[in-house]
Amino acid sequence: MSEPLLQLEDLVIHIPGRPDGSALRFEVRSGQCWGILGPNGAGKTTLLHTLAGLRAPRSGGVRLNGRKLGGIPRRDVARQTALVFQDHHDGFPATVLETALIGRHPYLRPWDVESADDMAMARAALQQVDLAGLESRLVGTLSGGERQRLAIATALTQDPRLFLLDEPVSHLDLHHQVAVLEIVRKRVSKGCAAVMSLHDVNIAARHCDHVLLLYQDGGARWGPVNEMLQLQVLERLYAQPLVQGEAGGAPVFVPKG
Amino acid sequence: MSGRLATILSVLCLAAAAAIGISLMLGSVPVSPVDVGTVLTGGGDPLHQALVLELRLPRTLAAFATGGLLAVAGALMQVLLRNPLADPYVLGISGGAAVGALLSMLAGLATAVVSGAAFAGALLSTLLVFGLAHGTGSWTPVRLLLTGVVVAAGWGALISFILAVAPGAELPGMLYWLMGDLSHARHPGPAWIVLAIVVLLAWPLGRSLNVLARGALQAAALGVSVRPLEWIVYLLAAVLTATAVTLAGTVGFVGLIVPHMLRLVLGNDQRIILPAAALAGGILLTLADTLSRTVIAPQQLPVGVITALLGVPVFLYLLHRSR
Repeated sequence: MSEPLLQLEDLVIHIPGRPDGSALRFEVRSGQCWGILGPNGAGKTTLLHTLAGLRAPRSGGVRLNGRKLGGIPRRDVARQTALVFQDHHDGFPATVLETALIGRHPYLRPWDVESADDMAMARAALQQVDLAGLESRLVGTLSGGERQRLAIATALTQDPRLFLLDEPVSHLDLHHQVAVLEIVRKRVSKGCAAVMSLHDVNIAARHCDHVLLLYQDGGARWGPVNEMLQLQVLERLYAQPLVQGEAGGAPVFVPKG
Repeated sequence: MSGRLATILSVLCLAAAAAIGISLMLGSVPVSPVDVGTVLTGGGDPLHQALVLELRLPRTLAAFATGGLLAVAGALMQVLLRNPLADPYVLGISGGAAVGALLSMLAGLATAVVSGAAFAGALLSTLLVFGLAHGTGSWTPVRLLLTGVVVAAGWGALISFILAVAPGAELPGMLYWLMGDLSHARHPGPAWIVLAIVVLLAWPLGRSLNVLARGALQAAALGVSVRPLEWIVYLLAAVLTATAVTLAGTVGFVGLIVPHMLRLVLGNDQRIILPAAALAGGILLTLADTLSRTVIAPQQLPVGVITALLGVPVFLYLLHRSR
């Protein structure tokens, strides 16, 4: 059995004004790809931020490589964990290459400048997400999908063990959805792990091996993907009647409408 | 990166030397470049020595330091507040300094006391904003900005009050101080030391500031300890601004415009912008001050008038042709 990268120990996330949800108690091991599913406002983003150590939980805790998350210096956390945000804010103009390069920040000491290796890593990451030709473009001129792929490239440049991805395929066209998920899949098969929030059940069915369901009322269930993605369970999760089909060996769920 | 930085700084250093040279040459009695060189190396006739070494050099060095201090402070404030409109005065530091300076002018105190009172006022305002923005709740750039802007408005009201009750004879001196005036700046040494120390301290923070400019959460996710970094940047900017206003009053515009000009031309890497701002701010204010004392000589203009008159068209041009 592979080592646990991330351990959730009776974790209750803090959402202001909401009563305590279910305590989460599971492990994310290297080689696993977890999907987080749930309706809007169920706490998917808050959970990812809590797992990255950016928000304090209401109770319980998180261990990263066996160490309590709160006790690890931020720089060390950033070397092991990359978080791709749902929204991207670009305060001042920066180029695509500069933006990918900031992924090297946790590895450099204050007086270091980025080395040729760092540049090569950033360029390779941009190549992987199909942005190789846009290196000197300003980020503000990119389309939503290109901006999203750039955020993925920054995370790849960060070279973490654990990828936390908040809606990684939003804004992406079908080809790039598959391409980005394949990149994640490849890293996971090499010993990394990924936890991603998704609004598309079918992507979770196809690309994740474990699933966490977060309910509107704070309840939660988790387990292997084939046990969790059942028609009745999902209908209750989204409060929406669904139709189940099959495509390419994986179940497909479509809203009944 | 380091090669590019070296090139940019070399060019700016040459330009700085040229600006300082021009400032030493021009004035009521022009001094030729050769004579300036002779005087600086210890020779020359007594008139030139007195003109260059006693009158023009201290003022020129004060102008350069003030410009550098304000430009670096502005660059730091813009990153700290993630707001391109931020300048060194936006958080009320200059207002506090102005109230201190004007009160001591009202009391008819000596120039040295006016400077001391300005520094004390700047410090008081910094601590006030620091304490109030800290508060009990969460700390955000917006909260800091609002606190600073409101404190600045309070100082503004006090300044208007002092101007309204001040005797007519005091008003020109007060207005010159408010517009920024280098004619009384005689001791630029401490300002140069502060500028050098802060630029050396801020340089290793440059990459963290690049990340911080993309937002606090993103910076934290990349391993930056955001809160301590923000307070360090705030305190550095406050020290720079307090030093500048103590030396020359509230010279406007340099702190807002120089960082933006540099960003438009050099990109947005703070490791390049911060040292470049120290030099470019110095160059701009040295040239502006030279103009302010020669353009309608023997009368002198407050240097703030020139910085705005020069800076506005140049900045608008750069903005217009930028991508």
